[in-house]
Amino acid sequence: MNSVDPTIFLILLQDGIVNGAIYALLALSLVLVFAVTRVVLIPQGEFVAYGALTYATLGAGRVPGSVFLLCALGIAACGYGFWAERRTLDLSATLRLLGETILLPAAVLVLTLWLAPQRAGIAVEAFLALLIVAPMAPYLYRIAFQPMAEASVLVLLIAAVGVHLAMVGLGLVFFGPEGSRGDAFSGATYTLGALTVPGQALWIVGATLLIMAALALFFGLTLRGKALRATAVNRLGARLVGIPTAQSGRLAFALAGCIGALSGVLIAPLTTVYYDSGFLIGLKGFVAAIVGGLVSYPAALVAALAVGIGESFSSFYASAFKEVIVFGAIVPVLLARSLLAAPEAEEE
Amino acid sequence: MPRLPARLALAALVAIATIPAHAAEPIRVGVTVSQTGPAASLGIPQRNTVALLPTEISGREVKYILLDDASDTTKAVANTRKLIDEDKADVIIGSSVTPASLAMVDVVAEKQVPMISLGASSKIIDPPGGARVWVFKTPQNDSLMADAVADHMAKHGIKTVAFIGFNDAYGDGWLTEATRALEAKGIKLVDTERYARADTSVTGQTLKMMAAKPDAVLIAGSGTPAALPEKTLKERGYTGKIYQTHGVANADFLRVGGKDVEGTILPAGPVLVAAQLPDSNPIKPVALKYVHDYDAKYGAGSMATFGAHLYDADLLLQQAIPLALKKGEPGTPAFRSALRDALEGLHEVVLTQGVANMSPKDHNGFDQRARVMVTIQDGKWVLLH
Repeated sequence: MNSVDPTIFLILLQDGIVNGAIYALLALSLVLVFAVTRVVLIPQGEFVAYGALTYATLGAGRVPGSVFLLCALGIAACGYGFWAERRTLDLSATLRLLGETILLPAAVLVLTLWLAPQRAGIAVEAFLALLIVAPMAPYLYRIAFQPMAEASVLVLLIAAVGVHLAMVGLGLVFFGPEGSRGDAFSGATYTLGALTVPGQALWIVGATLLIMAALALFFGLTLRGKALRATAVNRLGARLVGIPTAQSGRLAFALAGCIGALSGVLIAPLTTVYYDSGFLIGLKGFVAAIVGGLVSYPAALVAALAVGIGESFSSFYASAFKEVIVFGAIVPVLLARSLLAAPEAEEE
Repeated sequence: MPRLPARLALAALVAIATIPAHAAEPIRVGVTVSQTGPAASLGIPQRNTVALLPTEISGREVKYILLDDASDTTKAVANTRKLIDEDKADVIIGSSVTPASLAMVDVVAEKQVPMISLGASSKIIDPPGGARVWVFKTPQNDSLMADAVADHMAKHGIKTVAFIGFNDAYGDGWLTEATRALEAKGIKLVDTERYARADTSVTGQTLKMMAAKPDAVLIAGSGTPAALPEKTLKERGYTGKIYQTHGVANADFLRVGGKDVEGTILPAGPVLVAAQLPDSNPIKPVALKYVHDYDAKYGAGSMATFGAHLYDADLLLQQAIPLALKKGEPGTPAFRSALRDALEGLHEVVLTQGVANMSPKDHNGFDQRARVMVTIQDGKWVLLH
């Protein structure tokens, strides 16, 4: 039983890569958000859980409670936006603010109330789930993080923990204590030698690759992407050359929200997701991001795959110690990093 | 001088106003259940059940003070102290889970307040004596359920079993009990695997179990997370029998499990299949009343057996409180100690989950009548005869 049967090896590897792909997406968005805003985005996992559960609720033909949270967050963000920018508001800025924070959630609400009962199909429901969950992230940035954008990393981290706890509690109210599964995008399974690959697994790996490619193009070629990179390199410098850093922060959060919600929609058919599943999934993404020092995308990607594969194999050989192995593996990495890295200032 | 009568009158008035209130001192029942956190699927139906309980027992008003312990041991202990010290509870019901209940045992013993736990493990009341003289529990002991599973396996010619359970107190309790029960029947446990409630994949564990080629797999999890190993086993083409525990007995498990959990066999309290019980069974009317009341308030088919444990705790109190009232007034140590004695002396009390015969040695009091074997057919629980 302990000799590695090649079939079992391949199945475990496949399982590990699919899980690793999700961790990679989360690690990516954690690095992105941290680089731009210095926020360690603990609630990233909640976007995954919200995305999955919203998609599953829509699939059951019901209106998810998260859409009302979106509206409430939109109104709060609007109120805060007016207060924060009360001295500089002109007509176009006012219209933009109203459009972003009132019109968008209102449109999503109407769309949801109209489409939810009539089971509009998997593609529409997946897109709707994205529309409901992704905009929450920039609203949360406006409400919780933008007012203290210059605070220390520790203060921002504490705020992130607060947002995480609030979102888990609300998740219980919206989705109930029991988990749900969504409908698969593709019911097909492909046989590859001894391997059976479910179509959904291909979707996950494909979407991960696509998102990475899109992000690389966005950062390399577009002005906004370059502005984000500039903010990440040096906030003050970016500001001095006229890059609005608050806007960069919202954009980073919006991307993270999109990626999180999409990950949720992608995994919902493969596993049962609970209102509090997000934290553990997010934590594994975080482990991967930490290995890259919260700044390196390639290191985070490799680490995410390693976490996924390590998890899969340890669940075969020593299932009782799976989490111990996965989280224990981070200790030597951190040790090596802190020994090898040049001493830096704790805070900028 | 002229002011004195006025004062006297006032004092008389106050005295008159307080006397009836004192005479009708209500019975205070402190409830701490896990309405949030990992055990919320147990705690929420229990919280819902509190609203169905009678507010009067033998002519006395009963007040329920409901707190949430968030599935957290420390919070459960703090709640217990608060319920006893501030709310003057005469009896505590809770908590929903074993670890929290275990931590509450010493507190209720110190304060000398009887407690009825809704946790599953027999460790809460065994071994009897010491601090546990104050502690009772309504859910069936794991050992009773494990014996039922082993019995069924032996009868159906199963020789080898693989076990996969939660990586927590529930899985631990079941592993201990199942190992003992299976050994007694001469069934071999060929592989044991663990997983976490929030795991997104159990492929590794499943492959390892299947490599051991067991006749049957026993899954020890509660609620919807218990569906994951079963779905993975089916995905990987496992064709043997699959057993679950009574922890899965709610409608959400059927919803998430879908067609993959058809044919699953599990032990459960009779309330799960109340309508299918033979009319001769004394449990049937009691269980049906609970199911009817719950569904009428929260929607058809919403009843989960976890709430019935709290309902049963109150049924025990309805029998014990009249006896205790003869010995003392609510709010006094005499009443609490008499209530404990009355609970311990209860005999043949019909509950929704079984028939209880308490004794100093057994603070659960259930026998074989408290469990039935159930299977899943066409997305419904079906009683096996």
